Amino acid sequence: MKAVVTVTGKDKVGIIAMASAECSKHGVNIVDISQTVMKEYFAMIMLVELDGMKGAFAEFADAMRRAGSDVGVDIRVMHEDIFNSMHII
Amino acid sequence: MLNTSDILETIRMIRDENLDIRTVTMGISLFDCISDDPERLAEKIYDKVTRSAGRLVEVCCELEQTYGIPIVNKRISVTPLSYIGAGLSPEGFVKLAKVLERAAQELGVNFIGGYSAHVQKGAIKGAEALIESIPEALTETTRICSSINVATTKAGINMDAVAKMGEIIKKTAYLTRDNDSIGCAKLVVFANIPEDNPFMAGAVHGMGEPDTVINVGVSGPGVVAVAVKEAGDCDFSALAETVKRIAFKITRVGQLIASEAARRLGAPYGIVDLSLAPTPAAGDSVAEILENMGLSRCGTHGTTAALALLNDAVKKGGVMASNHVGGLSGAFIPVSEDRGMIEAAKLGTLTLDKLEAMTAVCSVGLDMIAIPGDTSAATISGIIADEISIGVVNNKTTAVRVIPVWGKGVGDSAEFGGLLGYAPIMPVKGESCERFIARGGRIPAPIHSLKN
Repeated sequence: MKAVVTVTGKDKVGIIAMASAECSKHGVNIVDISQTVMKEYFAMIMLVELDGMKGAFAEFADAMRRAGSDVGVDIRVMHEDIFNSMHII
Repeated sequence: MLNTSDILETIRMIRDENLDIRTVTMGISLFDCISDDPERLAEKIYDKVTRSAGRLVEVCCELEQTYGIPIVNKRISVTPLSYIGAGLSPEGFVKLAKVLERAAQELGVNFIGGYSAHVQKGAIKGAEALIESIPEALTETTRICSSINVATTKAGINMDAVAKMGEIIKKTAYLTRDNDSIGCAKLVVFANIPEDNPFMAGAVHGMGEPDTVINVGVSGPGVVAVAVKEAGDCDFSALAETVKRIAFKITRVGQLIASEAARRLGAPYGIVDLSLAPTPAAGDSVAEILENMGLSRCGTHGTTAALALLNDAVKKGGVMASNHVGGLSGAFIPVSEDRGMIEAAKLGTLTLDKLEAMTAVCSVGLDMIAIPGDTSAATISGIIADEISIGVVNNKTTAVRVIPVWGKGVGDSAEFGGLLGYAPIMPVKGESCERFIARGGRIPAPIHSLKN
């Protein structure tokens, strides 16, 4: 199962390091990663593979959300199917 | 492959524009609970409902976490109780309502629909007793919703039932007078009631439905409002296309959640209801969509046309996105649940007459409208008869959910709380329709009901 991790917020040093460290802690493999910075607004999108994940999906999603809020960015982990459903016919 | 802007669009819809799944509703047949012993009947109903929907809330929470989209309501609809408890007295029905209330509390669902009867041609004994019990049942419970179908295009309009429902609404308003007559917010009078509607207060589990089923209602007025605003002053073809595109995306999410909820709960997937359901929250208003189309205020001239365009485009976009569409499917215009409608009603731009016209081109009817507490039962029946006629003649579902707020008049407002919202009391006409309503009998089915 794959999920999409989105990190949005004000740009600052170390966001990618923080998010990827958190993934690694949970045994989550990053398959693809892209980021854009518009003005000061930062948006990073990671496609992650959850097959080797330690613990439940909710625990990982929650840990990512908390890690994000600690540095003032919004992190969401969502099953890739919600995006596939909406945007791919 | 997904691109960044698509992903960010979804995130924006959920985070900033109130995109959500409005309801996952499990339909449960109660036919196998029928018993001639009222105690046994109540026990079997409680067991069946709590057993069938035991994991409903838990599964919905899992889906919220996995897909990152809020599921606002988890609800249940059951077979109309007038059939299941056909031999009961009104007191017996009130007891059943309390049993269902207990089941709802146990399961953590906010509403159970199906305290209902079909009386379009006449009432069986169970329907008569159930209707009689509605005021008390809706006073003694908080999570039970009642709906009465008084007409169909095939059968015509049962005007005896229309007259009776005027009285029942008045009595319900009186009994719940300490809470702005909130009992009436859980009571709908229908024409052409659907059998698979997941939305309250009119959800029932129809006679031709499977033993259990999952129906999902999508939402997203905020998403459509933003898309319409961003489309700017384009022409109507482009405007309709904008709404269609966004309705497609919203409905695809509904389809995903419906099929996944059904799979995890081991119940068949029924339908996705393509409705735009507003809430009193800022940025979640159908009126705002109409205003973004170019009306300075919802209710002014042009409103019916704007709503007709919106309703049609939502269906056209949505129908492509789901393999089974049903329920009410269209834009809802519940006044107290829509911030833009509330404002327009306060200012007097949106009137009862205009709302009636709007219901001819959208789903569902005169919904969540607060009227003066001293409105007579006959006048309420007149309002019902008018609205129901629109449904019968136009082959569509229409419904009336009006609240004659006890002790309040025009200039006051009523507070229903939560998703039910608040509403200014809207004026009704003072002239009487009592002689008309008192005729009794049935208004015959329209000629186009003879299709065979």
